[in-house]
Amino acid sequence: MAPRIGVFVCRCGINIAAYVDVPAVVEYAKTLPGVEYAEENMYTCSSDGLNKIKEAIKKHSLERVVVASCTPRTHEPLFQVTCEEAGVNKYLFEMANIRDQCSWVHMREPEKATEKAKDLIRMAVAKAALLEPGDEPEIDVNPSALVIGGGVSGMRAALSIADQGFDVTIVEKEHNLGGKLLGFDSLFPHKQKASEVLEPLIKRVTTHPRIRVLTESVVKSVYGFIGNFDIGIDAGGKAENFNVGTIIVAVGAEVLKPRGLYLYGEDPRVVTQSELEQLIHAGRVDAGRIVMIQCAGSRSVERPYCSRICCNEAVKNAINVAEKGREVYVLYRDLQTYGIHYSRLEQEAKRKGVKFLKYQAEKPPLVTASPDGLKVSLYSPTVNEAVELGADMLVLSTPLIPVADAKELSQMLKVPLDSNGFFMEAHVKLRPIDFATDGIFVCGTAHSPKGIGESVAQALGVASRASIPMAKKRVRTAAIMSQVDQTRCSGCGTCIDVCPYNAIRKNEKGLAETIAAVCKGCGVCGATCPEKAITMHHFTDEQIQAQGLAALKEG
Amino acid sequence: MKPVLVIGGGIAGIQASLDLADRGTKVHLVERTPSIGGVMAQLDKTFPTMDCSICILAPKMIECYRHPNITIHTESEVVGLEGSVGDFDVKVLEHPRSVDPSKCTGCGLCSEKCPVKRPSVFQAGLGQRKAIYLAFPQAVPLIATIDRDACLWFTKGICRTCEKVCPAGAVDYEQKENTVELNVSSVIAATGFEQYNPKDIGEYGYGRYKNVLTALEFERLICASGPTGGVLNRPSDGKVSHNVAFIQCVGSRTQTTGYPYCSASCCIYATKEAVLIKEHEPSSHVTIFYMDLKTFGKGFQGFVDRAQSHWGVRYIRGRPGEIREDPVTKNLTILYENTEVGKVEREEVDLVVLCTAAVPHRENRKLAPVLGIALDEYGFFEVGDPVSAPVETGKPGVYVCGSCHGPRDIPESVAEASATAAKASEDAARAEAKQ
Repeated sequence: MAPRIGVFVCRCGINIAAYVDVPAVVEYAKTLPGVEYAEENMYTCSSDGLNKIKEAIKKHSLERVVVASCTPRTHEPLFQVTCEEAGVNKYLFEMANIRDQCSWVHMREPEKATEKAKDLIRMAVAKAALLEPGDEPEIDVNPSALVIGGGVSGMRAALSIADQGFDVTIVEKEHNLGGKLLGFDSLFPHKQKASEVLEPLIKRVTTHPRIRVLTESVVKSVYGFIGNFDIGIDAGGKAENFNVGTIIVAVGAEVLKPRGLYLYGEDPRVVTQSELEQLIHAGRVDAGRIVMIQCAGSRSVERPYCSRICCNEAVKNAINVAEKGREVYVLYRDLQTYGIHYSRLEQEAKRKGVKFLKYQAEKPPLVTASPDGLKVSLYSPTVNEAVELGADMLVLSTPLIPVADAKELSQMLKVPLDSNGFFMEAHVKLRPIDFATDGIFVCGTAHSPKGIGESVAQALGVASRASIPMAKKRVRTAAIMSQVDQTRCSGCGTCIDVCPYNAIRKNEKGLAETIAAVCKGCGVCGATCPEKAITMHHFTDEQIQAQGLAALKEG
Repeated sequence: MKPVLVIGGGIAGIQASLDLADRGTKVHLVERTPSIGGVMAQLDKTFPTMDCSICILAPKMIECYRHPNITIHTESEVVGLEGSVGDFDVKVLEHPRSVDPSKCTGCGLCSEKCPVKRPSVFQAGLGQRKAIYLAFPQAVPLIATIDRDACLWFTKGICRTCEKVCPAGAVDYEQKENTVELNVSSVIAATGFEQYNPKDIGEYGYGRYKNVLTALEFERLICASGPTGGVLNRPSDGKVSHNVAFIQCVGSRTQTTGYPYCSASCCIYATKEAVLIKEHEPSSHVTIFYMDLKTFGKGFQGFVDRAQSHWGVRYIRGRPGEIREDPVTKNLTILYENTEVGKVEREEVDLVVLCTAAVPHRENRKLAPVLGIALDEYGFFEVGDPVSAPVETGKPGVYVCGSCHGPRDIPESVAEASATAAKASEDAARAEAKQ
């Protein structure tokens, strides 16, 4: 007997209802085969709307639920849980997107929008009739973590995870822990000595009973999935293998060496901010007048991003040398002294006589050298004239750039990089330190340029995110996965080649087999299999055909 | 394991609560207003994905509401805290809603019939609500509340209409305030910020000129669920605004208001709002007056570049000195020094949006002594060591996240919220190890 289907059409306030005739759509839905019940809601996602779904499931003995509203991207989990609370398996739920893909894009043609909404619901109902319940496999989580990178971010993440009661291994490619902080003299905004932060931290990390540190070590292979990653390490020439439940990417970033820019690499009086930092540390800054140029190699066509920390790094260094009686000019495009701490730093610099001159991106400063000194010419929009500055030292504020092996690591972990080559989070706003892949997280400058405090905040953040599955000890994975029909599989291995998640392997008979916990349900294997031996649960050929045929039917 | 107290139900408080609850820790989430959601619930879209803000937030709000480990106390405030990390005794004062939460279904019939209108806080004052009302359609919990200062029964002893029409019999005029006592191991403050009220900056005419709005008012105006259904009907005459100017650093980066710092998110939200205008009507003229364009966040520069090159948003460097209103057309003329060319220029527009300073929440002054933590010179909660301990206060076991300790954007607030959850979990692990 055909399952009993309920349809809930959301008005989304006026987002849908102003363009789609919702009552007419509801009446139409009632005429569709299998639909026992249909109603409209002001906001189906509100607690009230969710209660209406539950009531209707009970009252009308619904076996399948269709919500016609916004996007499954944000709202499917919510409606699925609601169905489960009323005793309907979450995989018996289907969504029709009549807002983002209908009312919002057809605002100027409401009649057609209404017809399209009907089409989309007819398709969803046709698929819903063929849906099958799914079971979500539960997997054990190894309560230990791998932290890749032993800079301040990696160490702080490791310490917090260890303090929360889980074992951690830090893998650091250099000889020493500390990362980029090793090259710093002082830290903004409070100009603490870097060593005062770093030394106690390294001591706590290396003496913590739950933390194991592998220096001069590189991650060579990663297989598996949340709760159960097999890690291969090259530890100073020796191969080592172990298993962890979660992975944290804290590989940091590099400072750009701007060869060829503003005479850098050609004239020894031209240095980067980090080189100036080391000169300050060694007490070897003897220049009388120092000119700093911001955005040296960033906010450009080649690197179209702002590196966030360079203005504050420049202002801090400017204060340090100004306090020693040096004259300092900072040539900037837009001063990125955001928030309360950096605003204070900017004001302090101005009080201490550091001079700020704005230049325009399209008219960058021109640097020439003579034995007597450097000459910096620029057009200053603030005073609306050309300015010439003699300088004994030129300091370039260069951006952070991704580490050289970011791409290799991203491929090993199967996590994405953004267009600038930094690691890309699952969602810019609401999942800023998660990857879309479960069990893998990112913090610090591997994610994007940021200050030490901001990196520490993210490091602690990933320590919470990673500890959630470790504290729970078990996780459920989605039932949307592929399944290989062993009677049809010819063992050609095409699916293994195309799977982007390493989720298919050959069994002892040489036939393909899906590893349920690793499969993300992308469907590439199902589409590629020449023998049609692979079924994608929740997106079976029958379901998609029914949906397609419904689309072609006259409303 | 003892529960954790989270104060403030905006995105930071929500994230901290969910992180803790998901790992099995009980959470008490205390929110001052009738619904969780905070400022993010009021925003139209969020940059750079242009996701509808409430659409990505509402699922998290509801997750909090349904989570077996989270207890939400709305219209509540923390009035007492004794003890130390691992063993805090907390007093939470729950103000009366005058509606029985176990009976109210959120149907809204009471508000429909209520005769008293008041400016809606959720609509940033641009729309109205009734004396009995739901904070907004996606409010969590979706329970009506009575504004006793507005209600005719509480002020004049008449009416009681809501009681008569409520099909659930949920209205309860006798409800009393209630003090809840809790014992928690750690405390997380996530009380957010407020926007500076620019009425004191006389030269911009906010409050006098109807077509001068704050950015939050603008978010409601351009939002499809706002008072005009997302049409840019300007307040003076309802005319659709096609020529809009944004002014940055209003009340911030100046010593005169007492808020000399940069508010960190205004450049990028103004850019987003400018793009929204262009998305609604590509032929619109949109100008942003700025001092320094803050593009420091991940993806900011690319978004600004696209606003300029693809959408044609105009950026002019300069802080406008004055806005004048045409008494007949109510159009606004902005006088500014164009610092790129060093000349005083003027620009006539339909609507001006002031991007005002993010300032400390006024409740911080009440809450800081209760929690025993310090405020900085502006009134933000003070973090002693922003480099090594970015979410710790001077008091062990009391943590801060989000914009209650200085302006910051949503992703930073979310990451910090998880950081406080980590610190609270470390506290719990230490307490357990001791036992």
